[in-house]
Amino acid sequence: MPGPGEDPSVLVAGGGNAALCAAISAARGGARVTVLERAPKFYRGGNTRHTRNMRVAHTAGNGILTGPYPVAEFLDDLMRVTKGVTDELLARMTLERSAELWDFLWAQGVRFQPSLGGTLSLGRTNAFFLGGGRSMLNALYRTAEDLGVVIHYDTQLVDIVLDGDRFVSGTAESGGVRREIQADALVVASGGFEANIDWLTQAWGPAAQNFLIRGTPYNRGEALRLLLDKGIAAVGEPNQCHAVAIDGRAPKFDGGIVTRLDCVPFGVVLNAGGQRFYDEGEDFWPKRYAIWGRLVAAQPGQIGHVIIDEKAIRLFMPSVFPPVVAESIPELAAKIGLDPATTTETIAAFNAACVPGSFDHTVHDDCRTEGLTPSKSHWARPIDTPPFYAYSLRPGITFTYLGVKVDETARMIRADGRRCANLFAAGEIMAGNILGQGYLAGIGMTIGGVFGRIAGEGAAHVQA
Amino acid sequence: MSKLEALTSAQAEVVRQMTVCNACRYCEGLCAVFPAMELRRAFDGGDADYLANLCHNCGACYYDCQYAPPHEFAINVPVAMAALRDETYARNVWPAAFAGAFARHGLWVTFAAALSVAVFVAGFVAANDPGALFAPVGGEGGFYRMMPHWAMAGLFGAAFVYAIAAIGIGVRRFWRGTDAQAVGWAEIWQACRDAASLKYLDGGGMGCMNAGERPETDRRRLFHHATFYGFALCFAATGLATVFHEFGAQAPYPLWHPVVVLGALGGVGLVVGPLGLLAERAKRDAAIATHTGMGAAFLWMLCLSGLSGMLLLALRDTAAMGLLLALHLGLVFALFLSFPYGKFVHGFYRFAALARYAHERRTRKVEAVD
Repeated sequence: MPGPGEDPSVLVAGGGNAALCAAISAARGGARVTVLERAPKFYRGGNTRHTRNMRVAHTAGNGILTGPYPVAEFLDDLMRVTKGVTDELLARMTLERSAELWDFLWAQGVRFQPSLGGTLSLGRTNAFFLGGGRSMLNALYRTAEDLGVVIHYDTQLVDIVLDGDRFVSGTAESGGVRREIQADALVVASGGFEANIDWLTQAWGPAAQNFLIRGTPYNRGEALRLLLDKGIAAVGEPNQCHAVAIDGRAPKFDGGIVTRLDCVPFGVVLNAGGQRFYDEGEDFWPKRYAIWGRLVAAQPGQIGHVIIDEKAIRLFMPSVFPPVVAESIPELAAKIGLDPATTTETIAAFNAACVPGSFDHTVHDDCRTEGLTPSKSHWARPIDTPPFYAYSLRPGITFTYLGVKVDETARMIRADGRRCANLFAAGEIMAGNILGQGYLAGIGMTIGGVFGRIAGEGAAHVQA
Repeated sequence: MSKLEALTSAQAEVVRQMTVCNACRYCEGLCAVFPAMELRRAFDGGDADYLANLCHNCGACYYDCQYAPPHEFAINVPVAMAALRDETYARNVWPAAFAGAFARHGLWVTFAAALSVAVFVAGFVAANDPGALFAPVGGEGGFYRMMPHWAMAGLFGAAFVYAIAAIGIGVRRFWRGTDAQAVGWAEIWQACRDAASLKYLDGGGMGCMNAGERPETDRRRLFHHATFYGFALCFAATGLATVFHEFGAQAPYPLWHPVVVLGALGGVGLVVGPLGLLAERAKRDAAIATHTGMGAAFLWMLCLSGLSGMLLLALRDTAAMGLLLALHLGLVFALFLSFPYGKFVHGFYRFAALARYAHERRTRKVEAVD
């Protein structure tokens, strides 16, 4: 908690990639910067601590990035995943300025490495952080500290005072103690509300109680709520979130990357009633995992069970939790709490519907079902070779889309259309301006980096 | 160790942690451990032993890990690996009755050093006129008036051969226990280069972590180089001296002599390197510190051996020569005998692990698919 007489010129709420890029840029621009991070030190950085890469435009490969990724191609990719739900002007600027991020981050001590095993498809487009997101975050914090940025952990921005379109002061709270902080500018980079189960319940109903949250319990969206209540314009739908299917045994919060399960395309997924409910082989898993969170969320009890056999057990990334194993389908069903008779029937019907083909998990092969609803379009092979394995699936919430509206200077726009003079947003809290829906690996970090820098530079130069 | 045998608790902890790491893989650029891990879907005790000895304890993965304590997954690879490394030394030691020497290494080494020095002093006194221990006996052959060359060469040769044989038996047991395959010369050469440069003691390029989350410069690597190459130079000086002796040139040699130059350079390394490493140990973050005393005892023995050798060189023409020679020879003799039962073995285990890694990288592929 900052003491009296320590008022900064720039106050930053949040502690992830966007917040630190803003703090560093503001400090380099001559500002005295104070960062309020709601989480304790170990959990600092919100979702950034679970990231591993950032999507950046570049005109040529550089030995680590395997080839060029022009802005035009990046924009095509963005338009495809968002189906046009984006502010094209902001999007184009973001992607153009993403080309500066490699050098910017390198200068802050961040190091890169070739794409991780199992992610070769991102080797050209995404810059992977050596040691992952926490290593990247540590480098940003070290640099910020060296620049004199003051960082307060376990400290939350709980209120702000606005005078028309101007930010006047903010109230920080830590350990039950509150203090008002005056500053020339405020940058809010405090993420979404994915860990706020009550808020998720408002949008999703009681099903949200069964959601697992992939990041820390500190992504509660209180600053977002505050800004919307103070009259800042919203972007994005409140019930939109990035929901993937993850291992049902994952911790409630902060399970991160290791809770992923990549075996769905190689088996069948049954609901609690022992029935299939969607085409498991519609497309490659990286292109489908983000719809399976919603699919599972719509099933009774928000749970699914992937069942595979011995033929498939080595075809996907190893899982953090071991599968349930049995020598027969009825035995497996009993072990995972499904009705053995129904499950055996479902598997038998699936097996009978598989047409012979040549299995190849690297292409859209011709192994499919015939006369089955729902069908399985690819990689459908009879589940007949013991031992049989089962994993449970639950919806895992990564991030939310609802945010505040900004312009190209990262200044927030009020609901009445007026632009705030010294109130900036960066990162997930404004990512919905660009990523209105859908998902493109690593683009959240791109938006955070670009807008963090713009917000920090702008905040350092507002007229007091 | 066969795959059916129960895991020790240190192995079980490494297996638990590697199972989490293998589902994450964010650290794959830091060192050899994580790429080696990725070649497996599941881990048995032998895999754990191998990976533990491949770890150079650079510390970077602890600070990079989003699952480190207080996260409920409680991943702390440097500490888990260090605990299992020490266990592999004790589990494979020859003779097996000496397994306890690793845990109480400091005590044993101190006892052995004191006893050894005392025996040399007593031996010099008994073999010569008692006054000779304090009489200046400079000039060619001075050392061998205290102890005949054949006795010195025979005693130290025997101690060294014993140490190498005992370590060889232990490393062989380790190698077989990890189900390792025969490796080729190219892979041994690769391991030599990786070991000689300490390639994996740099956090993947960002630097080691030691005192905390800030990556450090190459200090630990440089002090280790000073220690290792200091030892190698001293060893070379001794070997060269034996050759000169056979051709009739007797120690002590003049200051410009290659034996003295090599020995002096090596001695400096053996004093500076271990002191530097001891200082780095003192600064280590408690979260990743795994001090069992074994490493410190080994470093002190190396340092004192180097220091006594340098003193002997400086004061060899004075009345202190006899006592310093007894001190130096006593320390070196105890050091040799302690080799198979302390930190010295880490170099051999790690070399074996590096050779296996070079072999795996050529012959195995990551099983996971895109």
